[in-house]
Amino acid sequence: MSHISPVIWQFLVKWMTNFAIIPPEASKIASEMDALLFFMTLVSLFGLTVVIILLVTFSSLYSRERHPVAEQIEGSTLLEATWTIIPLGLFLVMFVWGATIYFRVFTPPPNAMKIYVVGKQWMWKAEHPGGQHEINALHVPTGQPVELILISQDVFHSFSVPAFRVKREAIPGRYNTVWFEATAPGTYHLFCTQYCGTAHSVMGGDVVVQTPEDYQKWLAQSTSGTSLAQNGERIFSSLSCAACHNDRPDARGPNLANVYGAKLPLANGRTAVVDDEFLRNAILNPSQHLTEGYAPIMPTYQGQISEEGIISLIEYIKNLDSNYRIQQTMTTPDLLPESHGKAAPAAQGVK
Amino acid sequence: MSTDTIVKLPDQATARMPKVSYLNKEHGILSWLLTGDHKRIAMLYLISLTFFFFIGGAMAGLIRLELLTPQSDLMAMDTYNKVFTMHGVIMIFFFLVPSVPATLGNFLIPMMIGAKDLALPKINLLSWYLYMAGGALALYAMITGGVDTGWTFTTPLSTHYVNTNVITTGLAAFIAGFSSIFTGLNFIVTIHRMRAPGMTWFRLPLYVWSHYAASVLMVLGTPVVAIAIVLVALERTIGIGVFDPTKGGDPLLFQHLFWFYSHPAVYIMILPGMGVVSEVVSTFSRKRVFGYTAVAFSSVAIAIFGFFVWAHHMYIMGLSNYSALLFSLLTMLVAVPSAIKIFNWAFTLYKGSITFETPMLYAFGFMGLFTIGGLTGVFLGVSGTDIHLTETYFIVAHFHFVMVGGMLMAFLAGIHFWWPKMTGRMYPEKISQLAAVTTFIGFNFTFFPQFMLGMLGMPRRYASYPAEFQILNVFSTAGASVLGVGYLLPVLYLVWSLKYGAIAGNNPWQATGLEWQTQSPPLTENFEKLPIVDHDAYDYEWLERQNQIQASEVSSVR
Repeated sequence: MSHISPVIWQFLVKWMTNFAIIPPEASKIASEMDALLFFMTLVSLFGLTVVIILLVTFSSLYSRERHPVAEQIEGSTLLEATWTIIPLGLFLVMFVWGATIYFRVFTPPPNAMKIYVVGKQWMWKAEHPGGQHEINALHVPTGQPVELILISQDVFHSFSVPAFRVKREAIPGRYNTVWFEATAPGTYHLFCTQYCGTAHSVMGGDVVVQTPEDYQKWLAQSTSGTSLAQNGERIFSSLSCAACHNDRPDARGPNLANVYGAKLPLANGRTAVVDDEFLRNAILNPSQHLTEGYAPIMPTYQGQISEEGIISLIEYIKNLDSNYRIQQTMTTPDLLPESHGKAAPAAQGVK
Repeated sequence: MSTDTIVKLPDQATARMPKVSYLNKEHGILSWLLTGDHKRIAMLYLISLTFFFFIGGAMAGLIRLELLTPQSDLMAMDTYNKVFTMHGVIMIFFFLVPSVPATLGNFLIPMMIGAKDLALPKINLLSWYLYMAGGALALYAMITGGVDTGWTFTTPLSTHYVNTNVITTGLAAFIAGFSSIFTGLNFIVTIHRMRAPGMTWFRLPLYVWSHYAASVLMVLGTPVVAIAIVLVALERTIGIGVFDPTKGGDPLLFQHLFWFYSHPAVYIMILPGMGVVSEVVSTFSRKRVFGYTAVAFSSVAIAIFGFFVWAHHMYIMGLSNYSALLFSLLTMLVAVPSAIKIFNWAFTLYKGSITFETPMLYAFGFMGLFTIGGLTGVFLGVSGTDIHLTETYFIVAHFHFVMVGGMLMAFLAGIHFWWPKMTGRMYPEKISQLAAVTTFIGFNFTFFPQFMLGMLGMPRRYASYPAEFQILNVFSTAGASVLGVGYLLPVLYLVWSLKYGAIAGNNPWQATGLEWQTQSPPLTENFEKLPIVDHDAYDYEWLERQNQIQASEVSSVR
């Protein structure tokens, strides 16, 4: 055969040898997702088969040649009920099953390791808490839940790892989260699946799943020398945040120690739980997120800090479990090269 | 396959085309461009729609050629982005949305309910001009540089990050939207006010029911997308910031507004096609549609539920888990009426007397492909599985099964079915059966591999892709070339038939609709005298009695 059409032959051989209908299963949720996909495919094939059998059987039994005169039939309430209730029941099973998977994928466990991901035209930047930066790549260990906190710096992007069966949009202005627990070491596709402009189809790379030991090695090799929180501390200092956010009795801003995770009474009468989203909004749009008892004097930092900068700040504030670090920053400004000439505009060196 | 046929043509040796019909009552180009006749407007739409279909089809051809190889080598990535954007814009706003309603709906709704015209003939003509203005603007935008936002105009990409013809294209869709609103409005008023004496709601052909449901969606949904487009234009020009988070806006708001129309829009596209299938399946099995009221109310149910499922396009965008839960549940409910329709059509065949002319072949194609399209829609409506499948080729395959496998099949079924009524001549049967089968095979070869690509995770709107996906893409491109042949054939033989087709006579299919009880092509006033309706839709016994009465009249005259 191969001499007849070598091209087609090669294609067929290649297809048969590489044939797959699902991507590799490389996360805990993948096998659960595939079980539901398998169930739904079976039900769909069954439904399609029923329809085809009905069409083919009736077409041959009641063709004009075999059945020259049609018998008029009004309908049948029993049959209508049958094909309303059975599909509805099956759809509802799929709905419940699917919803349990959906809730799992978008509800990270509390012990998850957090990695921040910023999407921008046209690259993914991953920020590990230890200060490791990656572009168009993500290293994660097996056996450890990993929570991604996604945000976009410009347009909508979507972080898709088919081998994990996980996908989440990175959109501007808010954090989205998703989590997974990788199970099989290897290198898998990372795609941007939300159309984002010119180079959409090349905005992606590899997700590298490693054993915990290899991952530790990678972390050590890839360190940038400053953790996210330390970087945040630097920004905190260079923006002179501690001028107001300190523990003095006459402080003009609330003390930020232990604020992360707390319930904060706001000036507008509401109560907010301080999380990443709240802190981001409070930095960029402070007048709408004013803590009760303080004057609205904080300027907006919109356009002055990059998304990575905000992430560093949040990571810093998260780690403030006493006011000690703020004191440190205030009293030892000379340790930080950026804070020479403190009177300079706040945005200096941060963007 | 049975070669038996129900076609009953007049004796070709003596038959003549009617002396006067809507086609030759008036002459000259102005008599067409200024006409108020719903049938002439339908023909204007048919010609312009076909033109836009082939422009959109050429774009599809370019897309498939680019995807033949993993690299982005046929065209630059920007060009590819423009090509798929224009393919979507033209196919959706200038072909699928108006396709069945503006051509077959315009032509047939007044005739089916026994009226002389639509209630608002001038508005009807205006809606064609708006359609043409929108279409011309879209072509202008395309020629002067195109647009690369995707047909979904996603913000903030469309508002801040591209400098192509976004506003021009948006305006084109905006204007075409008004065309669609006017058409819907016209149908609603006509169906309410202009039914012939005796034509009660439950004597209406199911075709009219489905158009009524689609019209309600057009009138209620289209203004919302018009608002969304205006907001995008204002954001681009003066930066009002409604969708801009840095100004306190919310980019997700655009998604809500856009899909609030664009999800019902898929029902605007598919419901009229379902109406065609009801007529065709009944006629070619010589049987009343099984469960008439169930089919009629399922159209209404789709129209109602269709408005409350839009956020299933946004499961992974950052909805709260609980709203995803609610929208997923509502999506399961909207899937049921479609299942009801499929089973009722299948049971219409039961104990019928079935023949397999071209319209019936297309209707079979519709039932098979729409079933696959509908069932794969459930995969995307279930919140959990949507995470893996959304934004991949699975979704591309799904909506092409519904829109092309469903709607286009129905459109072609309808064009063949009513061609003798519209033109007075039959299309050639053998070659058109061949075209129907070619389309079906080509379609499956094109789009079935895309389900597998999506399962494997290949994202949509990619100019280049990992090499492992190439083989399935080659299958898909090969299928598309077969599909292209399937679509070109009807153009050729239908044009041929205008001159050489057999003279059809009033009722070649022996169908029961009022449109078949008058001459082909019809008079400008549709009927010599307004019909009085004393029977249900699809009453084949009534038709037989009519035929007997006519036969006895003829013999008594002799």
